[in-house]
Parts: sequence; C-alpha cells; structure tokens
Amino acid sequence: MNARTGGFEFRKELFADERDDDLNEIGKRIRRQDIEGHVTGRSPFYDDHLFDGLLHMRCVRSPHHHARIGRIDTAEAERMPGVVRILTGKDVPQNLNTLLSLLDFGLDDEPVLSVDKAAYKGEPVAAVIAQTEAQARAAVKAVRVDWQPLPHVLDPEEALKPGAPTVCETYPGNAFVYHGKYDHQKLRYGDVEAALRQADHIVEGRYQMSPIEQAPIETCGAISAPEQNGRWVCYTGTQALFFSLGTASKVLNLPSSRMHFIGGTVGGGFGGKVDSIHEPLSILGAMLTGRPCKSQWDREEEMQVGAPRGAERWYITDGVMNDGRIVARKFTGYFDGGAYTRLTSYAVIKGVGHLPGPYTIPNVYADAYCVYTNRTPATAMRGFGITGVDFAIEAHMDKVAETVGMNPIELRILNAYRDGDMKAHRREAKNCAFIECCQVVAEKAGVTISPEARAASSKTGGGGERARLPAFTATDEHGRVEGFESGSYARKGGAPAAPGIPAELTPDRPSPPTLPTARPVETPPTPAPAPTTPDQEKPAARTPQRRSGAVRFSSISGFRRR
Amino acid sequence: MAKMPVTLTLNGMERAGFADPGQNLLEFLRRGLGDLSPKYGCGQGTCGACTVTIDGETQLACLVLAETTEGRTVGTAAGLANGAELDPLQTAFMDHFAAQCGYCTPGMLVSARALLDRNPKPTREDIIEAISGNLCRCTGYEPIIEAILAVSEGRTGP
Repeated sequence: MNARTGGFEFRKELFADERDDDLNEIGKRIRRQDIEGHVTGRSPFYDDHLFDGLLHMRCVRSPHHHARIGRIDTAEAERMPGVVRILTGKDVPQNLNTLLSLLDFGLDDEPVLSVDKAAYKGEPVAAVIAQTEAQARAAVKAVRVDWQPLPHVLDPEEALKPGAPTVCETYPGNAFVYHGKYDHQKLRYGDVEAALRQADHIVEGRYQMSPIEQAPIETCGAISAPEQNGRWVCYTGTQALFFSLGTASKVLNLPSSRMHFIGGTVGGGFGGKVDSIHEPLSILGAMLTGRPCKSQWDREEEMQVGAPRGAERWYITDGVMNDGRIVARKFTGYFDGGAYTRLTSYAVIKGVGHLPGPYTIPNVYADAYCVYTNRTPATAMRGFGITGVDFAIEAHMDKVAETVGMNPIELRILNAYRDGDMKAHRREAKNCAFIECCQVVAEKAGVTISPEARAASSKTGGGGERARLPAFTATDEHGRVEGFESGSYARKGGAPAAPGIPAELTPDRPSPPTLPTARPVETPPTPAPAPTTPDQEKPAARTPQRRSGAVRFSSISGFRRR
Repeated sequence: MAKMPVTLTLNGMERAGFADPGQNLLEFLRRGLGDLSPKYGCGQGTCGACTVTIDGETQLACLVLAETTEGRTVGTAAGLANGAELDPLQTAFMDHFAAQCGYCTPGMLVSARALLDRNPKPTREDIIEAISGNLCRCTGYEPIIEAILAVSEGRTGP
C-alpha cells in the first residue's frame, strides 16, 4: 500500500519482511521542538549572548601557501588604540593538537597559532584582542611577520612524489600513517589482477571533485568569559559540544571541570563546526585578559580558512564480462587533507569501508591515501568520505554500461548486493533494497528495463556461492613506512625518524624483511590495468597485535554513528 | 570620534542609543538596542540574514549606517508577534517545517511579511522573487514558499 504524504511516497511493502511496518511518524509534518524560538528570533545562537566589555579577537594570517615564520613583531600593533593583548603560539599551553587525538587516532600535527611555519594560506600565527572589532582589524594589519616563502604543493598526487615539499613535518611523506605502518588504507579481497586478466573488458576512469565549503549562514565562532569559582563559560556554535570541550581541555591544559560549555543552537553546521577552533582561542583570550572575549570568523574567513570537505581524486579500473558482470574493481584514491589531518584520516577509513559501492564484486582492491597539501585543511561535511567516491563509482557504472552496451539501470540491478552476499569488507549484506530502488527509479523515469531486471529482487539470488570469501586474497606490503609504531593507528616511535632511516621498532614487532625507500609511495599516478607482477604473498597467519586495527576501526566508526 | 545619539522607532516603540562612528544598523540593533533577531551572516549584503524594514521597505541592516536611521521606523522579526500572538506567517513557518537551523528565519520572515503587506495575493513566482535575497543553506526553500503561500491563501494548519 502506498501512502502519500507531502511529497513522500512510502513503499513499505518492499521492506515488509525486514522492518517494523508501524512507521507512523515519517512523512508527517511535526513541529520541531525549537521552532518557536526560530520564528520569533529568540533562539539563543552563541553570538546572541551579550557581555559588557566584550573583547574581539582577530587573527593574523599567512598570506602564503607555505612559508617559514621569521620574527613576529607586535610592538606597533600593541600600541594601537583599543588593543588589549596579542597572542602568539607561546601563549598556548599545548600548542600542538590533532582533533582525533581524543580517540587516540593520529599524531598531534597542528598548532593553534603557528610558530615555525605556515602550511596553508590563512593559517593563524597571532591573535589580536581589542575593544572593538574595527580596532582588532586595524591592529592585525600592523603586526609585522617576517615571512620566508617556501615551495608549496597543491595537488595530492604531486605531494606524494619524491622531492615534493614536506607540508607537515609530523608526516614527512605527506601521507597520514595508518596502523602505525602504512601510508594508505588498504582493501584487499580476492585477486583483482588475475580477474582483470580474465575479464572481457577493462574499463578505466579518473574522477575528481573539488573542495566543498559548508557555508553555514552563521559563521563559526565562540564567546568566552570568566565565570565564578575559577571557571570559564564558553558560548559556542560548535556542532560537537563535548568534542570541543575535550579539545579545549587538552589545548589549554585545563581540566574540563573548569569550563562551562553552552551550545546546542547551531546556525547551520554541515560538518564545518566540529573543528573546535574558536573555543580554545576565546577561552585563552578570556583567561589572559580577564574579560569576555569573542572569536568569530567573518564571511571571508569562513570561506577561506574554514575547513571544507576535501577534494578527492579516484582512479577506478573495472574488469567486466560481456554480459555486464563486474568481476574485478580496483581503486586508487587520493583525499586532499590540506595542511593538517583534522578529520581526513577518518574520511579515508569511511571511504574504503564503503567500497566497492552497493555491488557484489568478487575481487576488489583499493589503496586510499590521506594526503597533505598546502591547502586549507579539510574536515567533516555531509557524508564526507562517501559522497565523493560514490560520485566516482556511479559515474563509472555508467561508463561500464556504455562499454558493454547495457542499460545503466539494468547493469546496476545485475551487479547489486542481494541479501546474504559477502561484501568486500567481509560482512554479510542484509536488508538490501538497492534493486528495488533501481526498479522504482526506472519506473518513475519512464525507462523500460528487461523482464529479468523487473523481476529481480534483493531477497532472492543472493548468498550461496556469493556468500563465500575468496579462496585466495592477494596481499602485499607496499606502502609500509618506518618511524611509526604499530601499537596505534599512527604513533611515532621515539624521535621523529628521517625518511628512509628505520626507527627503532617496538619489541613486539619483528622487523619486516625488507625496508621501503624514503618515499614509500610506489603506486603510479595512473593505475595500469596491464598485468604487472604485484608483490604478492600467500596469506599467512598473522600474529595478532596487541591492539588490532579492526578494534580501533570499529571504535572510531562507532563513535561517529552514535 | 564621538558616538552618535540615534533615536528611532523599533517595532512600534521609540528607542534611543549611541552608535559608534561607522557602526552599521545590524550591530546597533543587536548590541546597542538588544534586538538580537537580525543576524550576522556575511556583513556584505549577500545573505539576507539581517533583513529589516526601514519605513516599510526591506533593507539589509549590515549595509545601513546606524546614524542614517535617526527618526525612522525600523521593523525586525522580533516585532512580528503581537505579544504572545504570533503573526500568521510565524505559525505557518512552524506548521510547514519552514525552518531548520533557524538562522536565516528572522530575515526570511521580514521579507515575507513585507511581501504580503504590499501584495496579499502573491503568486509563487512573486514569493520566490521576494525571498531571493535571503539565503537558506539548509535549503529549506520549498517549505518556506509553501508556508507563505498558505498564509496568502488563508490556509491554516500543516
């Protein structure tokens, strides 16, 4: 039975066996609990909290993509009208952080206020606190920074080439280090190279998408003020109140019990308000001046400095049979993380966990890199890690359909997951409805599909042979890096190792038989479909590590889902 | 430079305050007079979050010098309700889910009210034109248009 309510059309019958049919709220117009505040203009956004004597903070920013910072001369600016205090990196108690360190994921790589160098255009190096915003702006212009421009790299594949400028010294290879040993995330399922050799067609594609700014109408910011009993109150537009609290606590080296965070009313977030930039800065301003202090991006900063969804580039090579079955799919993906990690390391995990899209393909191979470039750091944005590669996959599906002369909807139905199938990341497919969605799309779009495609169902035809793990999975060790411990996703072992010089390995990890070269990247920019001889080894029983990657993976993705 | 005394009528009440030299009406309303309903979104007349009426015409408060509003009549979203009684547009926005984050909503409502005041029976195209200067990043335009249409057609409820 179809229920039609305000533009929604329910096809509950498609899921009758799978779901509780008593969905009686979806599609109904209900009042948001916060809507009366919105329509009366009384919803308390962070900037709607007024303080007498509010001070305004504005940052001095790098005009260069990449530059060493010589002297920062604040003398003239400090004498300007209304200027109360100018902060530099030395005022920040813990001036190096990575957002996901709260989950023990990644190395501290980003200063709050940069000291040695700026790695992207707009990176803050000092913060002027003044009585009015105009005074703060004027004083920002009077801060003299001795910039020494450095060569920069703006393209992720260029950044991985030998000799590319090092963007972020924490990761000298310009790639995030996973599991303490790889410069990329891997997915290996079956034997892609062998399957490509047997396929009737090889279909290759290169897809890329630009960064996307979240562009909330309310720009990011926070107001902090001294509260009673040695606490600081922070009104913030953050999307992630406790995440921002934890970050402020770490950066300021201050117990979270001494901070009182108030948020929850967010003027549009879309992922761009998780980075916790303004909370520590404004609290620090309040601590050092004893007065209420606001840190707020103007629109230009929101667009230039605010972390977007990062750019992605994907190479896809499919092996396809004449009847349209995709027997192998190989990915090489580059996520442009910008100058610092923020959430791109996690975006890559999400992206790889999503491969090869909603299709049952017996041989899948993926290498996906979180790459550092001298661009604005990237962060969360509406399905980040998924939407980019989905665009690539679906554009590629159309290309495959064209190659084999098939209706693109039928091609999708033929290759779609069905209940009971084994996915490339070794989970059984359940509650599938992709085939049914394709059938509805064809119907709505007036596209005629074959009787077989019309009769197909997610509930039948899956499992059995399709549920079996591949008898052989070709694995390899390329991308292995040294100088990091395997005990965590990425933790440097001892002193930062110069590239190519193996650092001392932890006792529980035997030294690998071969050590890689300085630049660990071996993948050519364009993946060659020609049968190369991959560095294969038979799957051997691996000694379980103390903290396995799988456990860490689920804890991270679980965090996001909840 | 000295602060400027500014007296104006805000939502039917005479109000007075001191504007900083060069202060825009948005900041003056928010910090000077405590009307927080107009919002800062861009400061350059692009987003419409600070839309107010001046002598009945919609204006972007971020582009108006506060001192130029001396003696004039200013209307904001905070003045749409009559005490506890909401403007029908406010009720329709609630019933039609015409706000998500709510940040563009005050400016959107001011534009919608100004439209209905000068044209009580607008077409759908008239409505789209009237709110074309108000950006909604949550992309809730369709329910917003529906809500305004409902009021103009005298429909109530969801």
